[in-house]
Amino acid sequence: MRDISFGQYYPVSSFIHNIDARIKILVTLLFMITVFFIVSYTAFVFMFFLLALVIAISHVPYKIVLKTIKGILFLLIFTALINIFFTSSGNVLIPIRMGQLVINITDQGINFAVKMALRFTLLVLGSSILTLTTTPTELTDALEYLLKPLKLIKIPVHDLAIIMSIALRFIPGLVEETDKIMMAQKARGANLDSGNLFKKIKAMLPVLIPLFVSAFRRADELADALDARCYNASTTRTKMKVFKIKASDIIMFICFAAVMTAILLDKYYVGVFVTAPDLNGFEVQGLDIFIYNIFNRIG
Amino acid sequence: MPIVVKKLSFTYSAKTPYERKALNNINLQINEGDFLGIIGHTGSGKSTFIQHINGLIKPQEGEIEIFDIKLTPQKRPKVNLRALRSQVGMVFQYPEYQLFADTVEKDVAFGPKNLGLSAEEVSSRVKEAIEMVGLDYEAVKDRAPFELSGGQKRRVAIAGIIAMRPKMLILDEPTAGLDPFGKEQILNLIKYLKTHCSPTIVVISHDIDEITRFANRIVVFNDSRIVYDEPMQQLFKHSIQLQNMGLDIPRAVKIANAMRDRGVDLGDDIVTAEDLMAAIVEKYNEKHGTQIDKNACVFDMYDFSQKWLTSEERAALEGENNLQKTEEEKPEKSGKNKSKTKRSKKSKE
Repeated sequence: MRDISFGQYYPVSSFIHNIDARIKILVTLLFMITVFFIVSYTAFVFMFFLLALVIAISHVPYKIVLKTIKGILFLLIFTALINIFFTSSGNVLIPIRMGQLVINITDQGINFAVKMALRFTLLVLGSSILTLTTTPTELTDALEYLLKPLKLIKIPVHDLAIIMSIALRFIPGLVEETDKIMMAQKARGANLDSGNLFKKIKAMLPVLIPLFVSAFRRADELADALDARCYNASTTRTKMKVFKIKASDIIMFICFAAVMTAILLDKYYVGVFVTAPDLNGFEVQGLDIFIYNIFNRIG
Repeated sequence: MPIVVKKLSFTYSAKTPYERKALNNINLQINEGDFLGIIGHTGSGKSTFIQHINGLIKPQEGEIEIFDIKLTPQKRPKVNLRALRSQVGMVFQYPEYQLFADTVEKDVAFGPKNLGLSAEEVSSRVKEAIEMVGLDYEAVKDRAPFELSGGQKRRVAIAGIIAMRPKMLILDEPTAGLDPFGKEQILNLIKYLKTHCSPTIVVISHDIDEITRFANRIVVFNDSRIVYDEPMQQLFKHSIQLQNMGLDIPRAVKIANAMRDRGVDLGDDIVTAEDLMAAIVEKYNEKHGTQIDKNACVFDMYDFSQKWLTSEERAALEGENNLQKTEEEKPEKSGKNKSKTKRSKKSKE
């Protein structure tokens, strides 16, 4: 329980850690959008190389970043299989016949599946770099800043931010509490991890009830503490750590803008100047065409 | 069969930036009948250590032998943890936070039920345990544990452990967060359990004045190691070292040390308030040639009052205490009861 490291802040000092959280959020957002514009394998390779570089600069061990993929591995495989089995365009590689049902595995299907999986991986890795290098407090502060325009349409941004930061603040405490209660019940002979699903759920009751009781108690105490200090969410308050854009933040942003431009150019322009090879409906896009042509000429 | 711990080491979150060494080469033997006190700072490793004794944490290095059950870092042979936990009862800090059932009776029955006992055996053990912690079985058995007072809740939680009839009981900060009266009751309960339930008891506490009232041996943890392991009367020779570690020493020891600095040596074996008073009276008698009974003073640490009693009054009080088992209703008596046991022990010596 204590070793929950999924997306948890990794406390080292690095260039990436020191970048303004607002810039980091914006860049991550742009990165996510960019990922959907990647069409060629060359661009994928380039993006992965870039991510590896960023991780290296951030001093977070590769092992820890890669761990985050574990969580979505099932989703990754599931979507890939769906793509492989249910894409019918392209050249049939393996025809599968089960009575009336005909499923053809096509080159186009595999192409889609692989690209989709790569996109997912990039998304998860990119966002985990954000959470690994930014403390939860910085993250909520930055979000609050970025969502400020929503105040114009009467959305209580500050309240939402405080709710989010309180929720984040409570997670480690509750994890610890769960750990303690589980130990206490185990010491009373509770068997928490065997039997079928129904039995397991029933066995978790002695843990869940005290946990809920304590969560409500903590929430109550916190509410009283906020109240006792006359906390009022509607007044504007100053920040202890004021965000300030540094030169390095701007450089980082420009670098990323360049990357995004390159990806868009790859999607919309590279193919215009070179003719795509005719592969019977199989799409080769962007820089891949170049590379395909080069290999073809050598071969 | 004693508990033997050999070369035990443990590290939390190894190989991450959160890495923290909690135990470093711990060697300890706990004998049957020991009333062991463990003191040390938060984060000194004492909680991690006692969790090992109950099999809640698997040793990373070294081994532990508890009542013929051997815990080692190896996966095999598989250890029967349930058997271990039925023999070593563990009362965690704030045990009332683990209560979950809708009645006191069901909650106390949770442990014995998990041991797979028959229904009659479970209910007889539950009744016995609830009475042992000084609660009225008929009055509380159908009440919800959450309705009870703080001290009562804690006693229900302790009943839940002793209903498993452990041979050994470990308590982590059993009096934390209670008022002086509640503390007094729990301390008396622990002493009662030593003679009536589990002969070996280990108590972790921050309050040194509290631990000196019952422990016969004290182990000091500092920086994930055991620095002292001594009989209680011997420990406070290291007063200066203990204070340098940031640990408190009993008030009586502080006063004795201060008096020694001012030229009045009361001797080395002063630990409790009674020891101190007796030594002072003795010194006074020596100097002025008077014949004051050195055991005549009853000092109630939680009352902060001292009373001089005649021998008849004392005899009457002792008789009264013997009749009483749990001193539930009468808060004033509990302090005196404690002084009585201390003194009778001393007079035997």
